[in-house]
Amino acid sequence: MLDVEELERLSTVVGGSDSAVLGTTLTSCRAELQVRPGSIVDVLERLRGEGYNMLMSLHGVDYFPEEPRLGVAYELLSFEHQRRLSVKLRVSLDTPNVPSVTPTWPTANFHEREVYDMFGVVFDGHPDLRRILMPEDYIGHPQRRDFPIGGEPVLFTGNEDGNPGWWK
Amino acid sequence: MVEVSTERTTTTVEYRAGEASIDFAEQLGTVVQHEQAELLTVNFGPHHPATHGVLRLLTTLEGEVVRDVQPIIGYLHTGIEKTAEDKAYWKVVPIVERMDYLAYYFNAMAYCGAVEDLLGIEVPKRAQYLRVIHMELNRIMSHLVWLATTALDVGAMSILWYGFRERDTILDLFEYSSGQRVHPRYFQIGGVMEDIPAGWEAKLRRFLTEMPKRIGQYESMLSNNEIFLRRMRDVGVADAETLQAKGVAGPLLRAAGVPWDLRKTMPYSSYEDFDFKVPVGTRGDNYDRYLVRMAEMRESLKIIEQAIDNLPEGPYITEDRKVALPPRHELATSMEALIHHFKLVTEGMRVPAGEAYHAIEGPRGELGCFVRSDGSSKPARVHMRDPSFVHLQAFGDMARNEYIADMIITLACLDPILGGIDR
Repeated sequence: MLDVEELERLSTVVGGSDSAVLGTTLTSCRAELQVRPGSIVDVLERLRGEGYNMLMSLHGVDYFPEEPRLGVAYELLSFEHQRRLSVKLRVSLDTPNVPSVTPTWPTANFHEREVYDMFGVVFDGHPDLRRILMPEDYIGHPQRRDFPIGGEPVLFTGNEDGNPGWWK
Repeated sequence: MVEVSTERTTTTVEYRAGEASIDFAEQLGTVVQHEQAELLTVNFGPHHPATHGVLRLLTTLEGEVVRDVQPIIGYLHTGIEKTAEDKAYWKVVPIVERMDYLAYYFNAMAYCGAVEDLLGIEVPKRAQYLRVIHMELNRIMSHLVWLATTALDVGAMSILWYGFRERDTILDLFEYSSGQRVHPRYFQIGGVMEDIPAGWEAKLRRFLTEMPKRIGQYESMLSNNEIFLRRMRDVGVADAETLQAKGVAGPLLRAAGVPWDLRKTMPYSSYEDFDFKVPVGTRGDNYDRYLVRMAEMRESLKIIEQAIDNLPEGPYITEDRKVALPPRHELATSMEALIHHFKLVTEGMRVPAGEAYHAIEGPRGELGCFVRSDGSSKPARVHMRDPSFVHLQAFGDMARNEYIADMIITLACLDPILGGIDR
């Protein structure tokens, strides 16, 4: 686990001249940097220089009813230091745009597609931003907190016309 | 008569000689110019060649050589992560178990570990050891299914039956200790559901003496088998840098020579107590992947043996009554126990607000669980970082510029479980 000094040092290194880091959180199980959405590509590149060379996971979170609502978390891992570090950013529903890190971290490809599919976060510069788990003609982003559970109509040949559903 | 016979033999010999001189290897070179290239797009599936769920592959072929392959997933999506948000913390365990259906103990462990991190509770040592025993049995079971289906894909059908026979022995052990053969819901937040029953240890020890011989038998059938070697060696090669860029960890990365195992490097659940080795490969081909998994089964047996030898006495689940149900006999005598029982069963436990990402070494690689709590009794977000989901991205790098028949073996050696990929 990271200690306080190390996290503060990282936040200064990563923050650089453009004050990319908005805040830090350190709990017993998690060290986290909150960054501005626009600078995520630079932040991850600087962290790669610090030894965090593996992007193990990337996932979306919906902070409803807080604002800005949507969050994207990047879970970094350092083989060298055997430590984890999380980087998190928050975007609002009106401008859910985040620069894609797929060009520099190829592993982010599927993860970003899933976050787009489930939360509607748009990753600018992603080479192939399509839905990945839901059908291509699906409307809505089902992992959002205000998306209802259940009531998914089952499509049969008999009820294609009468059943009001997501394909319309 | 004699003359005809001689002529025939000569023709056969000539034919064989001619056949041997045909070198398909030149096809494996670079892509020819577009005017000459005859690229054919073939749809594979939606079906997994080893029926581990439903996978669709869009392959671009030039003759028999795969020039590009694009996995399409989502056919098995059941919205488990969404369902989890509507359940109390302890009721999420059985549904996350159903994601990767060959690694159910691992799914439960990743989720329970994340919630335990948020709660800040200590899991009793005996529970940690019991978890290790069950996870390592699960790892052997998962590798056996991998071995059985992979061998079937190269045409070695007998291995399928042998692999499933030993897998069944492990499932019997699971049934004995936790009541179910698959998806047992044995791991609870704070420990395990029950202590191991009387007689289980003897059954386990019988398995531990039997299994190394069985692994030896499989290896003697496969490791030096000419057909198996020619199908596996130097096929599906991917170097460590490519794999790391694609986020691959676990046996695939170890086969490429990177000794990264979370059990060693970032120990959890008392793995630091056990003495075991991390097998690595040198070439990163399918044969190395096979060897690494076979060696891992032996190491798992060593871990189980040490864990059952040194199994500490003590409680098998945390004594914290806000997290774990009180023992049945207390309900008759203690008002407080009854209140705790009522609160846990009706509302569930409240977890302090926060976020946690707990990663463990699953049979396929890093299995991570992200849990966000908003302070209520239901998780606000549960996300599984499933290794198969990530590894599938590296499939193109492994299968490109190889024969389409080898692509099937490479896919089998990637060991994707579609239940985990689509969740």
